[in-house]
Amino acid sequence: MPDPHTSLRIDASQVRLLTRLCNACAVSGDEDEVRAIVLEQLRPFVDQARVDALGNVLITRQGNGRNRLKVMLTAHMDEVGLMLTHEEDKENGIFRFEVIGGVSERQLAGKRIWIGRKHIPGVIGAKPIHFSSAEELKSVISLETLRIDVGPGNSSKVQIGDRATFATQFSRLGPSLRAKALDDRIGVATLIELVKKAPSNLDLLAAFTVQEEVGLRGAKVAAYALDPQISINLDCTLANDLPALNQTDSPGEENTRYNTRLGAGPAIYVLDKGTIYDPRLIRFFVQTAIDQGIPYQIRQPGSGTTDSGSIHKERSGIPSLSISVPARYLHTSAAIARLKDWENYLRLIYAGLAGLSPAVLSEPR
Amino acid sequence: MEELRALLKSLLTTPGLSGYESPIRTLIETTWRPITDEIRTSKLGSVHGLKRGTLPEPRPSALLAAHMDSIGLMVTGLTDGLLRITEVGGIDPRVLPGQTVTVHGRKKLAGLVVLPPSNLLPEEFDSQTPPLEYLLVDTGLESRTVEREVSIGDLISIDLPPTELSDDLLVGHPLDNRASVAALTSCLWELRFRQTHWDVWAVTTVQEEETFGGAYTSAFQIRPTLAVAIDVTFGSSPGSPSHKTYPITKGITLGWGPNIHPKLHKIFKDLADRLEIPNQEEVMPRHSGTDAFALQVAAEGVPTMIVSIPLRYMHTPVEMVSLKDIARAGRLLAEFVASLDEKFIEKIGWEEHA
Repeated sequence: MPDPHTSLRIDASQVRLLTRLCNACAVSGDEDEVRAIVLEQLRPFVDQARVDALGNVLITRQGNGRNRLKVMLTAHMDEVGLMLTHEEDKENGIFRFEVIGGVSERQLAGKRIWIGRKHIPGVIGAKPIHFSSAEELKSVISLETLRIDVGPGNSSKVQIGDRATFATQFSRLGPSLRAKALDDRIGVATLIELVKKAPSNLDLLAAFTVQEEVGLRGAKVAAYALDPQISINLDCTLANDLPALNQTDSPGEENTRYNTRLGAGPAIYVLDKGTIYDPRLIRFFVQTAIDQGIPYQIRQPGSGTTDSGSIHKERSGIPSLSISVPARYLHTSAAIARLKDWENYLRLIYAGLAGLSPAVLSEPR
Repeated sequence: MEELRALLKSLLTTPGLSGYESPIRTLIETTWRPITDEIRTSKLGSVHGLKRGTLPEPRPSALLAAHMDSIGLMVTGLTDGLLRITEVGGIDPRVLPGQTVTVHGRKKLAGLVVLPPSNLLPEEFDSQTPPLEYLLVDTGLESRTVEREVSIGDLISIDLPPTELSDDLLVGHPLDNRASVAALTSCLWELRFRQTHWDVWAVTTVQEEETFGGAYTSAFQIRPTLAVAIDVTFGSSPGSPSHKTYPITKGITLGWGPNIHPKLHKIFKDLADRLEIPNQEEVMPRHSGTDAFALQVAAEGVPTMIVSIPLRYMHTPVEMVSLKDIARAGRLLAEFVASLDEKFIEKIGWEEHA
């Protein structure tokens, strides 16, 4: 077994891979661009790989010990985004659109976008401030009034049904990463690494899933097909760890509803709107973090869902856990995560997998 | 058109917020040095490029002004390593969340404008958009690094690369008003191998977005015989009133109103029509919102004109413009100054209205 402390670092090649994954466009239902990168990266293991009916990439890596657990690892390939729904003004390049997944309309005006598989550039315009009254500036610009604009004469470059994402290029900001779709390309990049370096004490069943952002749908059929004994979901979760701004002139009260905190390590789930996570797996990963000296945090129980919401109810029930990299501003044009959190995340998942045995399931829940 | 596209892209990627125009000034001076006879900088930082005419001194002169400053943001405070901000020029706070920016601290830092989650804001903003005072800029850096690198008063510029939508269309910031700086440069290119009778002062002014300070002072210093402001105007786009906007790619606009000398307007209109440069009248019933407002009242007063380039989504990070329209503005300006002769001044008197 490789020593996790030396072999599991986030180096330049992994950042390059994450850059490609984040700059790729794969809105729910059209995950092709990310799937192609996953298949390319895992070409050496392609014998054990298949793409299922929904477009999930499923890969099995057999271990070689005895009493091997079948452990499924999942990361979703899709991202939130937009879809062109109506050509309103062909000559001027103006289209109506809908959002796919949880994108706030407050995040849309004045943004550049990439449309379709060719990344045709366009914008979501906004009325000049010169035409807006003071009262109007306080209102929220509704989706109904927003339009995608590809420019006069360019309408034929795109079509109704094309998906679109924010046109944000990945960048490094000192100790941080800034990119669109870190949710969940950071999980995808992590899972690619884990498939490449799969520990031999278990059978690693990797599922790169589709349609998470529109109802955890790919994970459902992946869990059925792979039929694991345990499922660990790798995702990216909100760090709402900004100061409370209840007054403009001074910091307000303490922010007690931060969900997770940037820089505090991988976030282990206990409870959200879709899943009561398996307490045996929570205890196991918490203990692993303590034993290995890896920082971790418990994600504040509350809202949100992950692929585990589908997985734990599949077949006759699958003990499930989600662990996420914390990141600020998910589901907007750009999120910010810490490189160190990602590295600690990779180390924790790897160390946990390497220590997993069937014994974990014989403990009381 | 390639030369113009390349120039405009470099103008867009060089910062120059109102009052802090040095980077863009340096680029303009470098670009203009080979195509002007003389370059000076005004006390407030405007660029004065002179192309000398052939008439005997004292020669009449035409001042062509495009403002080079841009809107942006400024740091007002630091809270837990995040920056609090205000605007330089007019910015709708609703277009800011999620915009990538450059913070001009002790060194340049990349950043992101963010809207804090609603549970961290006063309740009234559940249904309303919070004003700029509640938005933050996140640099991705640790708090102690931010405190070392950033101070109150540091500038923040929008950081987005120009995007070509087609051979003709460019999206970028701040196309208001670098599109006009490009048009003015294009005019100088057109005049490269031509003599003019009049002196031509190509001027890129400072501080238009805040005080018009550049236009007032450059016109005073140069004392031109007449002046033309080149600016962008509202392009037709979804949600904007159709009677106050002009289609992009379909030509320039010629201003009409109290900031404009009526005879200059007529002369520009006739010239544009004769050159088959597509144009529309733009009525500006009060303050034109351009440098012409200031140029007109410099010293004992200056006859002024406004030529505008339609642009979609003004003062947002997705301003959109047609290169053809920019080239058209440049050509019209060049033909206008080339047409100025000894007798021209007689054409713009008020006598017939007396």
